[in-house]
Amino acid sequence: MTRRALWTLPPLLLVAGFFVYPLTLTALQSGGAWTRVATSPEFGRTVLRTLEIAVCATIGCLLLGTFFALVLTYAPFPGARAVARLIDTVLAFPSYLIALAFTVLYGSAGVVDGLGIATLDFIYTPAGLVFAEITFYTPFVMRPLLAAFGQVPPAQLEVAASLGARPWRVVRQVLLPEALPALAAGGGLTLLLTLNEFGLVLFIGAKDVTTLPMLVYTKGLVTFDQAGAAVAAVAQVALSLTVYSLYRRVAR
Amino acid sequence: MLIWTRRGRAALRTAFAALFALVILAPLAVVVLAAFARSWNGVLPGAYTTGHLRESLTDDRLAALLVSLQTALAAGLLAVLVGTWGALAVASAPRLLARVADTLLHLPIAVSSVVVGLSMLVAFNKPPLLLGGTRWIVIAAHTVLVTAFAYSTVSAALKRLDPAYAQVAGSLGAAPPRVLFRIVLPLLMPAMSAAAALSIALSLGEVGATIMVYPPDWRTLPVGVFTLTDRGRVFPAAALTLTLLATALVTLTGLGRLGRRPGAR
Repeated sequence: MTRRALWTLPPLLLVAGFFVYPLTLTALQSGGAWTRVATSPEFGRTVLRTLEIAVCATIGCLLLGTFFALVLTYAPFPGARAVARLIDTVLAFPSYLIALAFTVLYGSAGVVDGLGIATLDFIYTPAGLVFAEITFYTPFVMRPLLAAFGQVPPAQLEVAASLGARPWRVVRQVLLPEALPALAAGGGLTLLLTLNEFGLVLFIGAKDVTTLPMLVYTKGLVTFDQAGAAVAAVAQVALSLTVYSLYRRVAR
Repeated sequence: MLIWTRRGRAALRTAFAALFALVILAPLAVVVLAAFARSWNGVLPGAYTTGHLRESLTDDRLAALLVSLQTALAAGLLAVLVGTWGALAVASAPRLLARVADTLLHLPIAVSSVVVGLSMLVAFNKPPLLLGGTRWIVIAAHTVLVTAFAYSTVSAALKRLDPAYAQVAGSLGAAPPRVLFRIVLPLLMPAMSAAAALSIALSLGEVGATIMVYPPDWRTLPVGVFTLTDRGRVFPAAALTLTLLATALVTLTGLGRLGRRPGAR
């Protein structure tokens, strides 16, 4: 091995020792519990629910994020820049902020409930969780899209419009094809992050909505079934890595 | 462009304002209002108080804030160090090794924080390395999670860096360490301070791994927020969250100043 290659050793040893080694031990520990946990109806339901929530939230973020980015770029208004900066800031906020806001607004002792409007405990349903995730993750789609739209030469749009294309057609046939890589990258990242989302689910604390990360937590800490938690963790990692490898491919 | 009629634009902007206010602004505004709310039964809080905020800065809540700050600074510092080292090493490594190392260093981004927490619990509650029940397991978990982001930030900047600077310095006779410390690292300074800011912000808000591993004497602030929310005490929880965001803002502004040293760009 050359001396240059040796320089990669210290960071790689750290990743191996503090990330790969613990995950490997976890996978080994799940060994005996697979038949017990993975065949239970609860487990299958949880995997499906995790996928369902992540996919719905990602679609919602893509639609809303595309709309927001289009308006910010092509129908800008005074303050549009401040909005774009706000989007950048929100990215660094913890996701449970949204859960907290939702609990204040729509929770069982929340503001909307106090107004006397029957809320049917909306936030404690899967749809409520999807709405909360759309709120938090839409900026993750907007940022790459804003960058992509900024690089489309305005002349292209003007030519299309002067040739008689309606706005909708310009968006569909000129803008979206240009922005497709950004859309795929933003969507892929959002799908990965919504699959892994834990803080929001924990803070909302809906009893009937269990996702895989939540199952890892309840099995590991609440019922002290570490082997069962390890099974959920391995399933979660398999799911995440599948989406992540797809994301790395489209984000290149 | 794109929308040419005045009415069309107005309609579009109205739709944007309504949706944006509902989806992005309302939750943020609600947390701020709730932090100051004494009672809230109408559209706006009925009565206001600064009591929740003042309480956030007392006893165990202040302690949690300090714990969060120390954890974030330690994890952020380690992340920038390991991330920058990794980015530099990968950039000059043979191609195959570089690809493997790049994938490995990015990998923690893909894994759920709660899984990282569980695996730490499984691995470090027994020899050879006993970290369970100490603050070090929290700091280790945070470092693992944020290093991937720091690495990602610095290595992206390194790829955009013009290699001519280092080559010219080398051809003028500067030894590799001198090129590194006088040319490459100063040019990477903005990326490193951005990486530090991102790492600290993420660590301050981290809850998934922390809740799996934290010992009683090293409770971070988000764990405290969760305890309050779980008991239905949402107004104090909002106030505590607000102090966290303010702390993050102050820390990151200070860091931004450091990163913009003259000649650093």
